[in-house]
Formats: sequence, C-alpha cells, structure tokens
Amino acid sequence: MTVRLVIAAAASAAAVLAAASADAATKLTVYTALEPEQLAPYKKAFEADNPDITIQWVRDSTGVVTAKLLAEKANPQADVVWGLAASSLMILDQQGMLDGYAPAGLAGIKPQFRDAKDQPTWVGMDAWMAALCFNTVEAAKKNLPKPESWADLAKPVYKGQVVMPNPASSGTGFLAVSGWLQIMGEKPAWEYMDTLHDNIAVYTHSGSKPCKMAAAGEYPIGLSIEYTGAQQKTKGAPIDVILAKEGTGWDMEATAIVKGTKNPDAARKLADWASTTKAAALYTQYYAVAAVTGVTNYPANYPANAEAAMLKTNDFAWAASHRDAILAEWSKRYNAKSEPK
Amino acid sequence: MTANALPLRMKRTGDALALDGALVLLGLFLAVFIVLPLAMVALYSVYDRNDAFVGLANYAAFLDTPSLAHSIGNSLTMALVSTAITTVLAFTYAFAITRTAMPGKGVFKALAQIPILAPSLLPGISLVYLFGNQGPLRVLLMGESIYGPIGIVLGEVFYTFPHALMILTVALSTADARLYEAAESLGAGPLRRFFTITLPGARYGLISAVFVVFTLVITDFGVPKVVGGQYNVLATDVYKQVVGQQNFGMGAVVGMVLLLPAVLAFAADWIGQRKQTALLSARSVPYVPPRRPWCDRVMFALCVVIAALLVGILGTAAFASLIRYWPYDLTPTLAHYAFAEVDETGWRSYGNSLILAGLTAVAGTLIVFAGAYLVERGPAHTGIKAAVRLLAIVPLAVPGMVLGLAYIFFFNHPGNPLNALYGTMGILVLATVVHFYTVSHLTAATALKQLDAEFESVSASLKVPVWRTFFRVTVPLCLPAILDIALYFFVNAMTTVSAVVFLYAPDTKTASVAVLNMDDAGEIAGAAAMAMMIVITSAAVRLLHTGLSHGLSQRTQTWRKR
Repeated sequence: MTVRLVIAAAASAAAVLAAASADAATKLTVYTALEPEQLAPYKKAFEADNPDITIQWVRDSTGVVTAKLLAEKANPQADVVWGLAASSLMILDQQGMLDGYAPAGLAGIKPQFRDAKDQPTWVGMDAWMAALCFNTVEAAKKNLPKPESWADLAKPVYKGQVVMPNPASSGTGFLAVSGWLQIMGEKPAWEYMDTLHDNIAVYTHSGSKPCKMAAAGEYPIGLSIEYTGAQQKTKGAPIDVILAKEGTGWDMEATAIVKGTKNPDAARKLADWASTTKAAALYTQYYAVAAVTGVTNYPANYPANAEAAMLKTNDFAWAASHRDAILAEWSKRYNAKSEPK
Repeated sequence: MTANALPLRMKRTGDALALDGALVLLGLFLAVFIVLPLAMVALYSVYDRNDAFVGLANYAAFLDTPSLAHSIGNSLTMALVSTAITTVLAFTYAFAITRTAMPGKGVFKALAQIPILAPSLLPGISLVYLFGNQGPLRVLLMGESIYGPIGIVLGEVFYTFPHALMILTVALSTADARLYEAAESLGAGPLRRFFTITLPGARYGLISAVFVVFTLVITDFGVPKVVGGQYNVLATDVYKQVVGQQNFGMGAVVGMVLLLPAVLAFAADWIGQRKQTALLSARSVPYVPPRRPWCDRVMFALCVVIAALLVGILGTAAFASLIRYWPYDLTPTLAHYAFAEVDETGWRSYGNSLILAGLTAVAGTLIVFAGAYLVERGPAHTGIKAAVRLLAIVPLAVPGMVLGLAYIFFFNHPGNPLNALYGTMGILVLATVVHFYTVSHLTAATALKQLDAEFESVSASLKVPVWRTFFRVTVPLCLPAILDIALYFFVNAMTTVSAVVFLYAPDTKTASVAVLNMDDAGEIAGAAAMAMMIVITSAAVRLLHTGLSHGLSQRTQTWRKR
C-alpha cells in the first residue's frame, strides 16, 4: 500500500518534471542589481523581442550579488549578469569567471563604457555617479547654504550635517573616495577627507541610504547616488540633487556572460539585445547617460549636467588595483576614531 | 535474582541500541548540515582572494587591524548591556506569566511574540521614526543620537526579548508545589521562597537565556547595520568584508572568531546542566500560583509597560506603512500595500514564504525534539551526548550571512553528492532549520530535563518499549514546548533574511527578501507594508497555536492542575 503510494507520487513528480522541461522557452537565470522597479519593464521588453527565452531574475544589492557570484565560482548558477556595477564585473573577470563576447551592437558603445578586449568580457549599459542629496526644508530650518562643490561640503558650517556611505561597505562610498583621489591627487584628497570627516554625522553601510536619510530629513545632506536622488524627489522628498562642480566619481551598470553557462545561445541573445539602441532607450528612462552613443534622456528630477559632471578620465583599473590599499588607509584614518564623540 | 534481572536488561539493551542508532543519525545530520559547511568556511579563512593558500596570514592581518580592538570592545559592550536588560525584562515578564494570578496572561504572552513576528528591518524603521532626528521621542535621548550604541541596544533588546522569554517561560512553568508548601510551613517568606526555590529551579533556563541573548547580539548584523552608524561591531565587520569587499578569507576569519561565544555558551550549558535536577518527579504536585494582590498588581503594571513598548514599535511601523511620505506628507493612504507593483515577484514571494515556513516548522520540530530527547533521555555514552549538544549550540553563533555563504561553498560544490539540493526550496528549509536550531533545542531540552528520569526506568521495568513511553508520556507532557518550537520555526522562517538572501533561486524568493529589496529601493513604506503582511500572517498562526495549545492542554496537561 505504502509502496504503491510512493511509486504513484514519484511517477506524478516525474510527470511534472517532464512537463516542465518540455516547456518550449529557454529559462535564462539572470543575476542583477537593477532597481526592483526596472526588472519588469526590462524583462518584458527583452522577451517581446525573444519569445523563446524567459528571464528568471535573482536580484539583490550590488555587494550581495557580487558575493553570491563569487561564492558560486566552483559551479556557477547564473547564465548572464545584466545590470551589475562594472567594478564588480572586473573582480569576476579577474577570477576568470566571464566569457568574452562581442555583442552585435558593440560598435555603437562609447569606448569608456566597455572592456577594452576585442571580445569584451563586460559591456556597459548606463552610468551612475556620486551626488549630493540636499534637503531644502531641513537646510532652511538650520540656515545652511546649498553646497555646490566638494570644497563646499568640507566647510565647517556643515559640521555633523552630512551622511555618507562607508567605502568599506558600499561601492558608492568607494567611487566617491576614488573620485576624490583622482580629481585632487592623493595627498590633497586625504587632507580633504580629514576635514570632511568632521562634518560626517554617520557613515552608512548602503550607498543609497544617505540620500534616503536626507529625503526623510534625518540629516540635511546625503552623499549618495544621483538616481536615488531623482527617485526620492519624484516621490515627494523636498531635496535638490547636486553634482559637485569639480566633477564626480562614477561607475556603470554592465552586462556579462557567465563562463560555463548551459544556455550560451540564449545568453548571447541577451548580451546582443542589452547593447541595442532600443535597450539604451529603456535604460535612459531611469539614467541620463547611456553606453550607446547618441542615446540621452533626462528622467524627471535628474540633475541636468550629469554627462558633463562625470570625471573625464575615470581610471577603473587604477581604482580596482588600489582598492585594498585605499580602504586600509581609509579605515586607519576614520574607523578607529569614528566613534561617536 | 539473575533470572529475574536478565530479561529486563536485555530489553533495555535492545532499546538502547535503537536509541544509539538514532543518535548517530542525528549526529550525521548535524555533521553534514553544520560541521562540513563550517569547515568550508574555516578552509576559506586560510586562502586569499586569488585562491592562494596563505596559512594564517588572514588571521594575522585581522589581529593587525587598528580598529579591531574597538570592534571587539564594542561588540562585548553591546552584548553585555543588551543581555542584562533583556534577561531582567524577560525574567520579570516570564515570572508574571507563569507564577502570578494576574489577569490577561494569555494576552501578554501573545503580545510578547511581536518582535519575533516582524522582520528585523521593522524595528530599524520604527526606531528611526520614533527616535531619529525627525522623531517625536527624540527628546528622550537627551541630545544623544539613535545612530550608535543607544540604537543598537534598543534594537537588540527588542529583537532578543522573545527568544529569552521562550526559554524562561518554559523554565518557570514547571514547579513542584510541595516545595513551596514545605517552605511556607517552615516559615519562609515570599522573597526567601523566590531566592531558594524559584530562582534555583529556573537556573538552567536563566543560564541558557543569558547565553542565547549574548550570542544573538554578538552575531546579529541587522540592527547595527540599520541604526549602528559608525559604531563598529564584529558582525558589521563581517558584512564589510563579505558584502562590501567580497573578501571571503577575511570574512571567514571574523566568522571563526564569532564562534568563540558559542564555545563559551557550551561550557556554561554543560555546567548548568550538570547541576540541574529534575523539578518534576513522578510524584510531583503541580504548582498553581496563589492570589497575591500586591504582587499581581505590580507584575501586571510591569507587563503593561513592556507590552506597550513592544506594541508601540509595531504600531509605528504600521503607521509608516499607512502614510504617504514620512515626515513631510502624513496623509493616510493604502497605496503602499499595492507592493506587487513595486516588487516584481509580489505575491509569489509571499506564497514561497508560507511554504518555507510550513516545511520548516514541521521538519524543524521533528528533528529538534527527537534530537533533544535522544540527548537528554537516551542511554547513550555521555561523550557522544556532549558532542551532539555542542553541535546543537553552534548554529546560534554562526551569523546568517556566514551560514548562507557556507551553504553555497559546500552544497554548490560540483563534487558534493547533495549538490542537487542547491537552488531548491529544500536547501532554504534546511538552512532555516539549522539557523534556528539552538533556541529550539534549548527549549526542548529545558522541557525534557524537567521530567523525572523515573518515567523511563518505570517503563523499562514494566517492559514497555521506549517508543511507547516516548509517544504516550514524553510527547504529551512536553506538548506545550513542542507547539512553541513549531511556532518559533514558523515565524522565524517567515522573517529570516541573512542566510536566505544568499540561497534563494528565481523560483524560491521569499517575502522577507522582498521586504529587504523594497527598503533597498527606497520603498520604505512598501517595505513596512510587506513587513506588516508578514506580521499579520505570523500573528494568525500564533492565534491558531494558542487555540491548539488550549485545546490540547485540556486533554494532556490537566495533570499540571490539581
């Protein structure tokens, strides 16, 4: 009786499995750190052009997705990474985890927005950058002038009014720091950070958090991401999104094929599609600066000077190779003495 | 003489063999799902980022970090302060629920579960809304900031309270009335009775509660991440290494260091358990709290204050989910409950959470109670028992993030025969069972320790098979604790994030992960709304549990009354 039941159960389970695998569409497992609101439109647009492929998202914050990909190195689960920081993809590339592939639209990609290899292991989608979220309501209460530059931000008037991400926890924090080091030069940049440190009320672990704190009036100024600023402002937060006039550190979202994917054809189709003008038009619904030449669009409340403000010669290779040393120096200077005073 | 004793001994040997076999199976389970994954973490701690063997270089680098002393000091301070506050509050509360005749005990017991019903993000959101720079209660902090040690302690006390309460309620709910009658007739006053009977009787539970809370605080990174500001603790150091810098070697080192409290806890558990004697012998008379108007009133007032704080924090999150834009637009709205629009998986993730929680409750309760029975009541060699007991304590000291990574390293390895588990609901269930193993095990063990060993020896001499005694006597006697454990697994599986976030696959994303993702995207109100859905679900299950416990205790617990 029991045996028969077990057999029946096993048979029906097998039938279910068979039915599932007979399903025509190829299921593509895509790891991403895209904003949750972007997942549905991106998936819909791609699947409309590729009806034989279904995207299955695994979405989390940049750090968690990168850690998950690295931890799965022995037996990768992802087919494609679509929408992860290029700096993270460079780490995966160093570990030999990405497949080189030149997507159909590669010629249309701006040179700074792709891996330099002939068969690039990653190709950019759009840029995001360090920006200031400035709460006008709280600033008026405290009589704070609007900061226009990094130099302004370090002025004593902002003592204890600024929140920024800890570069040891957050990619955004790190790109701000690496931006300063490149703009100002190493020694002046560290001196700048020494002064700025006095103005920092809290170092957060997440890159978007400082802007959300500024949006909610917890602190008047948050050093964060321009996208989050535009998004919070659209939702009704009384904030201005400011790009510092000296220029600002930036990173990009990018696409890559994971080495060892069991669906290489479908993966390449996604890589091809991700570099099209059509895809870029979709990206610029959320970000102003796309990797594809000639596609620009300023979403609501987006800072107007985004492309101009981006640090011209952002040296990703330098930042990646000096990351450990920079973070060690940062932690030495600001961690041990960053207890509440 | 010999002729008489022989069959009895044989009978016991047969049972003993079966029990030993079961204990070995349990040991194997714990080895595969705790020891081996952790061994992978230990292995990672001696490799660098490029998979080159570096010996103890990571440990040396860790000891060399200038901020290390701060992190250790901060972690210990936070853990000690939170433990002191939580234990006192939880003991008072547990005492009021079990040993007084105050009204509304059922309601208080239910309200105390609030923190456990809510995802860890919820107190973070509430504390900031209440005590943040825009919060109405900010004045209470007298100029101090919520972002730092104060926020951590408040958050940790809220988070650990139900864990301590669960152990202490079980510890205090069983008492032999004969002791109190004897003490009273010998002229011992209430205070003396408290210090000579109540406190020693609950000693094992107290020690367990202290170490559970201490270890939970040391390893929790959820609260310090949200409200800790730049107050560095060891758990956030793991976060920085693993999530911030993808440096698994260094993360593994800190993870290994965090295991130390578990070893301490084991030592304390072992000492405590050596001295614990059975409270409930086969001849016991259950204790029924008498009416003591002054004591009942004071206890009632204390419970009201504690429960009000818990409700206040939950209420703040409910409020956050119902207004348009904190703090600038306080118009009420239900818009945030349409979270399916914000999060792609919407209701599917909620369904996944229900499946995960249901399976975890069933599997977890079976494994934990059978395991605790084997350790506490089985005839096995004390060495094996001690080993299994240590394994049962270890999961508490493993931060969820480390557990999640350990499971990836171990189960995703192509050479692992259990590789097929990876990416399924099964691995989420197993990871969750293991993650919440310790408190459940301690609860089961506490309940079992209070039963007199005579039950087994009488059964044995009556030639009743062990399994019959188990199902006819042990299980019914421990039924309240068993139901508590099932509930504990269910609600924790609904809210858990830290390990699951590394292990979910496209088809198995949970509601708790959706909460995290929404908060991540700046949808704080949406996150609060989804968190409230989790709270409501868990609360409904909690009510079901109350109904079940009540119904069952009519049938199986009447012996506790006179």
